[in-house]
Amino acid sequence: MPDGRRSTFGRDFLHEPAAVFGAGVLACFLLAALAAPLIAPQNPYDLRAVSLQHFLKPPLWYPGGEAPFLLGTDDRGRDILSTMLYGCRTSLLVGLGVVALAGSIGVSLGLMAGFYGGRLDVVIMRLADTLFSFSTTLIAFLMLGLFKQRGVLIVILAIAVVDWVRYARTMRGSVLEVKEEAFVQAALAAGCRDARLLLRHILPNAMAPILVIMAVDLAVVIMIEATLSFLGVGVPLTEPSLGMMIAIGKNYIYAGMWWMVLAPGGAVVLLVVGINLFADWLREALNPKIGRRR
Amino acid sequence: MSIYILRRLLQGVLVMLAVTFVCFVIFRFTGDPAAIIAGQDATPQQVEQVRQAYGLDRPFYLQYVFWVAHAAQGEFGKSFVSKVPALRLILERLPATAELAVTAALTALGLGIVLGVLVSLRPRSWPSRLVMAGSLAGISTPTFLMGTLLIMVFAVQLGFLPPFGRGDTVTLVGYWQTSFATWSGLTHLVLPVVTLVGYQLAVLLRLTRAGMREVLNEEYIRTAWAKGLSANRVIFKHALRNVLIPVVTMSGLMLGELLVFSIVTETIFQWPGMGNLLLTSIYESDQPVIVTYIMLASVIILTVNISVDMLYAVLNPKIRYA
Repeated sequence: MPDGRRSTFGRDFLHEPAAVFGAGVLACFLLAALAAPLIAPQNPYDLRAVSLQHFLKPPLWYPGGEAPFLLGTDDRGRDILSTMLYGCRTSLLVGLGVVALAGSIGVSLGLMAGFYGGRLDVVIMRLADTLFSFSTTLIAFLMLGLFKQRGVLIVILAIAVVDWVRYARTMRGSVLEVKEEAFVQAALAAGCRDARLLLRHILPNAMAPILVIMAVDLAVVIMIEATLSFLGVGVPLTEPSLGMMIAIGKNYIYAGMWWMVLAPGGAVVLLVVGINLFADWLREALNPKIGRRR
Repeated sequence: MSIYILRRLLQGVLVMLAVTFVCFVIFRFTGDPAAIIAGQDATPQQVEQVRQAYGLDRPFYLQYVFWVAHAAQGEFGKSFVSKVPALRLILERLPATAELAVTAALTALGLGIVLGVLVSLRPRSWPSRLVMAGSLAGISTPTFLMGTLLIMVFAVQLGFLPPFGRGDTVTLVGYWQTSFATWSGLTHLVLPVVTLVGYQLAVLLRLTRAGMREVLNEEYIRTAWAKGLSANRVIFKHALRNVLIPVVTMSGLMLGELLVFSIVTETIFQWPGMGNLLLTSIYESDQPVIVTYIMLASVIILTVNISVDMLYAVLNPKIRYA
């Protein structure tokens, strides 16, 4: 990365309200997810804390609302706000888990495909194209539908099966560009070993687009997890999930209990909008073709 | 060109074989396939007959060949639940899904390109900002939430539009019943189509805009302006043409998404399509139906992708000889 750009990086960020807002939202969600056991009024998955007597309570400001259920309770008597806090944990855990797993697989494969080229490149990229045309969500949905085991880890694996492709493609593209640069050619001429060349010279210089993909992917994966859980093939019933909360809430929309959908739904959208705003800014800041906008 | 087409077709066949292999492994190693094919009420003798008829007493690789041969003829066994051949069950649901998905895909593609171009031409005007804010909401709202919210607002609160079902349909040919012919059918189509369009429209719009913004900075566009060409020619002939390739590719790649989001949409709106059937079959572990759906979805996805690749070769001569 040229020095001139790096020095203005932080300043540009602070001048961009949307980016600051996005990063702030993401930070708040991360904090809330980490601190859920401390700040949630109730542990909704501790059977001793939950009582069926309190089922389907409206939010506090409606008649019939009851403390401490700020946003009311669901059909099992679980506090909606607490379930949301715990659900954000699941969302972010799955999101970050997939980004880490699919990211490392994709970056490694993309690096090798771009660097070595030839038959290895053809095989990896053909596999990538084919998997991608079937779509991450579709394959994850079908796999989870066929295998009856449920768990957070299984959801992460099922999404990562296709999701690595995003990283591999991007990585391959930037390796192909970086490979032609003079410093790589120089290192090659100096007799640098492949491993050192890849890890010390090429990888750091090809990483910028990967950062953008990581941010975009986090948002996408969070939506996929919510979708899978909404359809009943995601995390097990014993785990909190925003998608599952919306599925439960959907049964009560005719009864006018809009908060059961809008509260968890709003949380998903706010989190994803925050990440996307941050990703948008990152993309423009790192794209030399568009340049500085001000 | 013909070698290119031939190679793509061959790749398609290979992928299809891989899909059949995965399906076969699923089919063979989860429960006794002979019992599955014969149906749940079959006597042991009948199961034995099926075992021999399908060659299930033979070695693994021969079994695979037989299975593919049967699958190629559309024999995937009967649904556990309804005892009807799985393929027929799914094909009966195909028209409902096709009408919904095709309407949504065409709307998303058309609107996405038009809005993307308009927004890229005047990025700072307030309608552009409004469209971009809307597209941010579009890519940030999962399809299932969009559908649920639309029902809440337009069906439950306002009562404008029906919340579920397909309304009155008219038989077109054979078992193809269409929603396009009646008012009730059309009104039932609105909310599911909007649900399905939302995310795809946002993605295609943003892709078109991003592509246009890059291309409009290129030297050859400046040259085109400098030559005094009309705005229409510069925008549509010189700029948009170069942007269309990734957009067309993306819309081909989004077919898988379209299928999975139609599962979501059909579930929410109780739309009687194949996606709804698939989800029910998953809940009921109705394997023949699931496997048939996977095979059919693969055929559709591969066919469209190969067609898109060929369209691509027509749009960009560089690719033909790669």
